[in-house]
Amino acid sequence: MRLDLSHIQRWIEPGSRVLDLGCGDGEFLETLQRERQVRGTGIEINEDNINVAIARGLNIIEQNMDHGLDNFPDQSFDTVVMAHALQAVHYPDRVLEEMLRIGRECIVTFPNFGHWRCRLHLGTRGRMPVSEFMPHTWYDTPNIHFCTVRDFEALCQERSIRILARDFVGNSNDSTQALATTWPNLFAATAIYHITR
Amino acid sequence: MSADTDTHSVGIVSPRTARFEEPLMLACGRELRGFELVYETYGELNPEKTNAVLICHALSGHHHAAGYHSAQERKPGWWDECIGPGKPIDTRRFFVVSLNNLGGCHGSTGPTSVNPETGKPWGPGFPPLRARDWVHSQARLADLLGIDCWAAVVGGSLGGMQAMRWALEYPQRLKHCVVIAAALKLSAQNLAFNELARQAIFSDPVFAEGNYIYSGEVPEKGLALARMVGHITYLSDEAMANKFGRELRAGSLDLGSEDDIEFQVQSYLRYQGSQFSSQFDANTYILMTRALDFFDLAREYDNDPVKAFSHATCGFMVISFSTDWRFSPARSREIVDALIAAGRPVTYTEIEANEGHDAFLMPIPRYLAAFSAYMQRVGVDD
Repeated sequence: MRLDLSHIQRWIEPGSRVLDLGCGDGEFLETLQRERQVRGTGIEINEDNINVAIARGLNIIEQNMDHGLDNFPDQSFDTVVMAHALQAVHYPDRVLEEMLRIGRECIVTFPNFGHWRCRLHLGTRGRMPVSEFMPHTWYDTPNIHFCTVRDFEALCQERSIRILARDFVGNSNDSTQALATTWPNLFAATAIYHITR
Repeated sequence: MSADTDTHSVGIVSPRTARFEEPLMLACGRELRGFELVYETYGELNPEKTNAVLICHALSGHHHAAGYHSAQERKPGWWDECIGPGKPIDTRRFFVVSLNNLGGCHGSTGPTSVNPETGKPWGPGFPPLRARDWVHSQARLADLLGIDCWAAVVGGSLGGMQAMRWALEYPQRLKHCVVIAAALKLSAQNLAFNELARQAIFSDPVFAEGNYIYSGEVPEKGLALARMVGHITYLSDEAMANKFGRELRAGSLDLGSEDDIEFQVQSYLRYQGSQFSSQFDANTYILMTRALDFFDLAREYDNDPVKAFSHATCGFMVISFSTDWRFSPARSREIVDALIAAGRPVTYTEIEANEGHDAFLMPIPRYLAAFSAYMQRVGVDD
């Protein structure tokens, strides 16, 4: 499982209700159901992912987050998770507001565009970064709203969103992990936020 | 394909008739003193009787959902794409029960049956029915077969409405409810099309307010016209364009030509109409369309579908089709949203399909895959 997802698990209460926005093929929700006995619901738009997730025995709703989430009642879930989808939605701030309305607590993960590799790529080559981690060219990327760690924190402050915990994941080796914790905006490849209102 | 060559078929099947002597109180307040239901079963009921799946049919459906009645029969049952070994409703796991609804004209007690009090066919005097009457009569069939709890109740269109009614009327008697191409209630447009179909029948002089049944005549023209109207609403613009376009069956549109011109779609509709009118009973069609009109899942729950679904205890699978304009994806989402708000476990998928409402009968790969994937979670052990 992706590293950011294994980090999230400890913030989820056993037996709680979890909504996973952009749940992919449901691997994470399935793990949560198995290991945390959560009552999970996933939202997804990719049809192949949906069928895999249904086969995993999950409750999956085919729904496009960009068309709103107003069918989910206020505070109807304990935790709303959105992993690596914030940068792909049309209005990230609106989706965040909706998450905070639907869930008591929310967990958001996103790729940090302030990472030194992105900066180096843009700074030296003057072109949008394309890497193993961000494999898309600028014109056909699903990632239309990249942000940095500091951008996200600024938004939280502006919208009075409380940060309960933050976690940063570097590249795969240990030395970058230590750097990511100390200077996240420069060394975190993935940022993980546990937030509430 | 026939019974001999189709390896994914349940094979040759025979309908059976169940007779119920105990009176059935109907939603209209009248009582039906005894009735019969004709039904088929596919697969084996396990010793614990926990692997039974009920199929609820749509407006003009019947009990013959899968397999063949004889080696000579060319076409299998109406939902053979979805019922059989290795199919979404896998008969290697499930015991499938499919019946002709009460009020039907394929063997169950209905307007063409003899009213024991008069010794003549019921005809237009058959009591009006609601979806709940079907559900209650289906529960009698479950009792007879020794099935306390269905592993799943499944239906498309009007069948999906019955499945939802099951979830509210007998919450303890089903584990899963599969609702395909359905709605919480009919829209004004839906009601209008049903009225058009009934007016087509009424306007046929042979119909004689339903009394044709005593003269031995059949209001074929009216019934055919009703079916033609209905059939248009089952297809999408895309499906009709793909299937017929503006192809001519007869004549020519060349200048200087005075031939009688017939488009393919005209001939197709007339064929569908005449086929139907030779197989279906007009009084039954009126009864069925009215039951469909009257259906409103949440009516007695303060018109609140969330409140209605809070009485359900089963899991739900809801499926819609992109080009279905009879019961569009938006109507399925109303069901899904109410289930979400009621805190019920629900899975929903909208299948991209050109076939319109009829898509629920078609072998669309993604549809069959999603349906199969859901049915795999439907347990047979408990």
